[in-house]
Amino acid sequence: MAQVERQQWDVVVVGAGGAGLRAAIEAREQGARTAVICKSLFGKAHTVMAEGGIAASMGNVNSGDNWQVHFRDTLRGGKFLNQWRMAELHAREAPDRVWELETWGALFDRTKDGRISQRNFGGHEYPRLAHVGDRTGLELIRTLQQKIVALQQEDEREFGDHEARLKVFQECTVTRVLKDGERVSGAFCYERESGRFFVVEAPSVVLATGGIGKSFKVTSNSWEYTGDGHALALLAGAPLLNMEFVQFHPTGMVWPPSVKGILVTESVRGDGGVLRNSDGKRFMFDYIPDVFKEKYAESEQEGDRWYEDPDNNRRPPELLPRDEVARAINAEVKAGRGSPHGGVFLDVSTRMPADVIRRRLPSMYHQFKELADVDITAEAMEVGPTCHYVMGGIAVESDTAAARGVPGLFAAGEVAGGMHGSNRLGGNSLSDLLVFGRRAGLYAARYAAESATAPVVDEALVDAAAAEALRPFSAEGPEAGAAPENPYTLHQELQQTMNDLVGIIRREGEMAEALDKLAELRQRARRAGVEGHRQFNPGWHLALDLRNMLLVSECVARAALERTESRGGHTREDHPGMSRDWRRVNLLCALADPTGGLAATDPARGQIALTRVTTDPIRPDLLALFDKEELVKYLAEEELYE
Amino acid sequence: MATGTEPHLKKGTAPGGVRHGTRAAITAAHLRTDRWWLQPAATAAGLFAFVVYSTWRAFANADYYEAPYVSPFYSPCIAENCEPMKNGPNWEIFGSWWGLSPALLILIFPLGFRLTCYYYRKAYYRGFWASPPACAVAEPHATYTGETRFPLILQNIHRYFFYAAVPVAGILTYDTVLAFRDEHYAWGHMGLGTLVFLVNIVLIWAYTLSCHSCRHIVGGKLKHFSKHPVRYRMWRWVGWLNGRHMLLAWASLISVALADFYVYLIASGAFDDPRLF
Amino acid sequence: MSTSTTSGTDSDSGTGGGGSAYDARFRVWRGDVEGGDLKDFTVRVNEGEVVLDIIHRLQATQAPDLAVRWNCKAGKCGSCSAEINGRPRLMCMTRMSVFAREDVITVTPLRAFPVVRDLVTDVGFNYTKAREVPAFVPPKDLGPGEYRMMQEDVDRSQEFRKCIECFLCQDTCHVVRDHEENKTAFAGPRFLMRVAELDMHPLDAAADTGLDRKATAQEEHGLGYCNITKCCTEVCPEGIHITDNALIPLKERAVDRKYDPLVWLGNKIRRRPT
Repeated sequence: MAQVERQQWDVVVVGAGGAGLRAAIEAREQGARTAVICKSLFGKAHTVMAEGGIAASMGNVNSGDNWQVHFRDTLRGGKFLNQWRMAELHAREAPDRVWELETWGALFDRTKDGRISQRNFGGHEYPRLAHVGDRTGLELIRTLQQKIVALQQEDEREFGDHEARLKVFQECTVTRVLKDGERVSGAFCYERESGRFFVVEAPSVVLATGGIGKSFKVTSNSWEYTGDGHALALLAGAPLLNMEFVQFHPTGMVWPPSVKGILVTESVRGDGGVLRNSDGKRFMFDYIPDVFKEKYAESEQEGDRWYEDPDNNRRPPELLPRDEVARAINAEVKAGRGSPHGGVFLDVSTRMPADVIRRRLPSMYHQFKELADVDITAEAMEVGPTCHYVMGGIAVESDTAAARGVPGLFAAGEVAGGMHGSNRLGGNSLSDLLVFGRRAGLYAARYAAESATAPVVDEALVDAAAAEALRPFSAEGPEAGAAPENPYTLHQELQQTMNDLVGIIRREGEMAEALDKLAELRQRARRAGVEGHRQFNPGWHLALDLRNMLLVSECVARAALERTESRGGHTREDHPGMSRDWRRVNLLCALADPTGGLAATDPARGQIALTRVTTDPIRPDLLALFDKEELVKYLAEEELYE
Repeated sequence: MATGTEPHLKKGTAPGGVRHGTRAAITAAHLRTDRWWLQPAATAAGLFAFVVYSTWRAFANADYYEAPYVSPFYSPCIAENCEPMKNGPNWEIFGSWWGLSPALLILIFPLGFRLTCYYYRKAYYRGFWASPPACAVAEPHATYTGETRFPLILQNIHRYFFYAAVPVAGILTYDTVLAFRDEHYAWGHMGLGTLVFLVNIVLIWAYTLSCHSCRHIVGGKLKHFSKHPVRYRMWRWVGWLNGRHMLLAWASLISVALADFYVYLIASGAFDDPRLF
Repeated sequence: MSTSTTSGTDSDSGTGGGGSAYDARFRVWRGDVEGGDLKDFTVRVNEGEVVLDIIHRLQATQAPDLAVRWNCKAGKCGSCSAEINGRPRLMCMTRMSVFAREDVITVTPLRAFPVVRDLVTDVGFNYTKAREVPAFVPPKDLGPGEYRMMQEDVDRSQEFRKCIECFLCQDTCHVVRDHEENKTAFAGPRFLMRVAELDMHPLDAAADTGLDRKATAQEEHGLGYCNITKCCTEVCPEGIHITDNALIPLKERAVDRKYDPLVWLGNKIRRRPT
């Protein structure tokens, strides 16, 4: 095997979205030499697509807000399955993380007195989302990107080299996290542009690769969301948590087919948009679950009054957490009251003047105008659920973001699990990125500084990784000489399978079928072949990403089959109720055969083993934030008395 | 390379544009399939027509005054050889030594204003100089320094021409007021010419105030609008006009030529000014 | 390499409001820095599709190694920039319905930047230029959470921050597109707009550090090269008024510094050594 270039860094961050960049900034400011490796160009990460805002209880619009209320909302949204310490840290630290962005040049929309404006969002008791129109994610990523450039300018002044202490390897993919014994030793990467392999050696690796949405057909996620970090962690021996919880955003575009799944921001509802079925009825009033009955308006009149007078009225049920709204839309469509293209109507045109719509929802206006030829100031949008976010992810320590079981491995952002429980509230993702991105960077830098000896990267591991990455070029069909599998076809079949069989409403038989289909795809994926050479070859890239998507898809399907209740982003038709006994149960996914590579695992039987773990009891002072009547809906008897 | 951020400035490669050695090997200067040449051609034709017409009229030194109308090309008239205009804007600032058309003395101001105008610059850089002829259509020049050197660096004095354009517009306003007199200088008249002048002066003012320099001066230069609410309002108002700068540039160019032509028609006796009241 | 993938015939009957699929003719540039050519393809087009959908179909069915950058497919990330029929555009925001069915649609990489492979170019120029613009300078006397800015004061910079960095403006700008040698001296519309954004930021304290963004716009970032021919504004998929709201105001601000004798005199007096 040819010599592969090696570089030494203190901290390697995989992914350059909000969490990755925030981690890199923190690690660099802690003094660690930091490398960021990302699949796309710098500044293009999926975070740019976040629209609504960053949830942080700054209390700028309603001074009643504070971290305790935010914490409470987050736990309610996640149906009490959240890793409560994460939710606490998140609620406490989010305001500081937002304010910090301003000192780096971010320009949020303002209140009348010049503070950061905050908007209403589903599941949040008060207006809480710092935002910039409906392009908050872009503002976030650009601010972090520009902060990184600012740090590089500092290095240029000090060392004459922009990249002395912080370097972004753009358009590079990590295919393996490498280990020296138990601990992390670096990452094996290829450069997309040239196909060249290289190794970054580092005692700390932060995974911040985002989600898994590209395993589903209808998704709001970009091509990058192939579950890379999830798979890298699994392969490195770190377990994944709560993988059955996949959030389907209630409002994705449904027409035309080529844009199906593209997100329609929740701000449309936060700012007054309403959902109607084909009878013109605001059906959400029929779908308020018992646990939320006291919190939501009972009549359209009350809901409408709430926008002006939130203290004396209850919010409209369009602003229920996403899982509730998505299920309701699904049910309406199934009952035959859907829109012509299989969604429901989301209407702002009758609720706000046209110029207000264009000012507050500029990118939605353009998105519909340009992609669907629909003028949202004049007619209703057609929307339906779309795969949006995975609550599950790498099991991490709440305070340090360290992956359980693998020293030196950290995870932050969507790729980390636990924070959001069974369902994430809108706006909590961007704040999650910042809070835990920073923490991951901080503790990764500390861990690197405390490592007495540099880890060693074994040549054999590098050779194995290189061989694995090159396999698609020599793939052959089932019989020698037969045509190899087309990775694009495999990907489409995988997406169809997950969408149809492990989608928004799940049934035992279908998930078993999905596991069979995944086994078949896994076998065929081993024969996935590509044409051409290694230079910027998307077919090859996809063939490599398939391994990751198949791994995480199996995690989702197995965990979903195991959890016999409905909660948040996991809805079982055969187990429609939420079970208090399941509340304390987390499902961990790990490689069935932790010793070897994937080759050692029987492709048909499966690669993932599940274990059940019981979570720590919620700290009493946090429990005290809730009414007893509310807690009895969620918590098992014995938890209440502890 | 993907990991670096250095631009590919291969040392020793000849300077060039879209056919530069590192770029995608496409021989065509452009691949546009629409009628991209139409706009620069129309712009060039329009500007050329105006230049021809205004040159003829500026040098003609005749048929520019017929009470109560004075051609905007000749107002204010500041040489001794001007036709007398009662109460009109003719002041003998320049003495008898000036023998050429008095229009030349005054036209340099509106000419300079329009020549350095941000819209006209775009129009003639594209239309006459093909720099570029249209977006993503290769320009025919081997080198380009833009407005970094003499003479084009002088484009930066646009705001001084704006300062000069304001009194000129004021004088044309005065002319328009005088156009409410009849041919015997009695007030209370309105002819078709008055209407032509009215339209012209509204467009002249709208064009002048929509100027980018004006927008900068009234408020654009401020860092904090919130501390200057009046200037902020003015800035927004000028900004609204500024959004129509191209339209106003053409409309006022045509209207000023028409106003002059109208005066020419009646001064030369080819046409009689219809009286409205 | 002209192949037809689809087995179906053109089912368009010419009626029904164009609701049916058809076969379109595409010419896509394929190659790398060593050379390349426009290749012909015939490919199926369904209702409501955009050019990027067609490129993806080419990848999935005819040219699996066709290199193309894309991310969000919703006009928010600015990755899929290319030139379609010679015009710089985002592939994801170019609907097939803007073309006639008989049109041959030509797709090439951006022609102002070095080509990497097929539709992918090396946009490193832009990242270099980004580094040359000094970052936001936070005011010394304000801590996090103490920033107060009025909406009307942030409006202007917010417009510029809508930029998705698709680099179409950088691609179309003739200053660098047609003159490679200007790449050193000229930051391009996107980064001149960044200078304007910072200069208009209500709390940027660059001046306190001795950095005059108005002057450096011209002296270091090549503002003078811009001849305001507005192609940047024409191609901007975000509809940012780059020329009118960023570049021209910046030029006027540079005039304040460098060509206005009154301002110059005022500064001389104020900057008198103490």
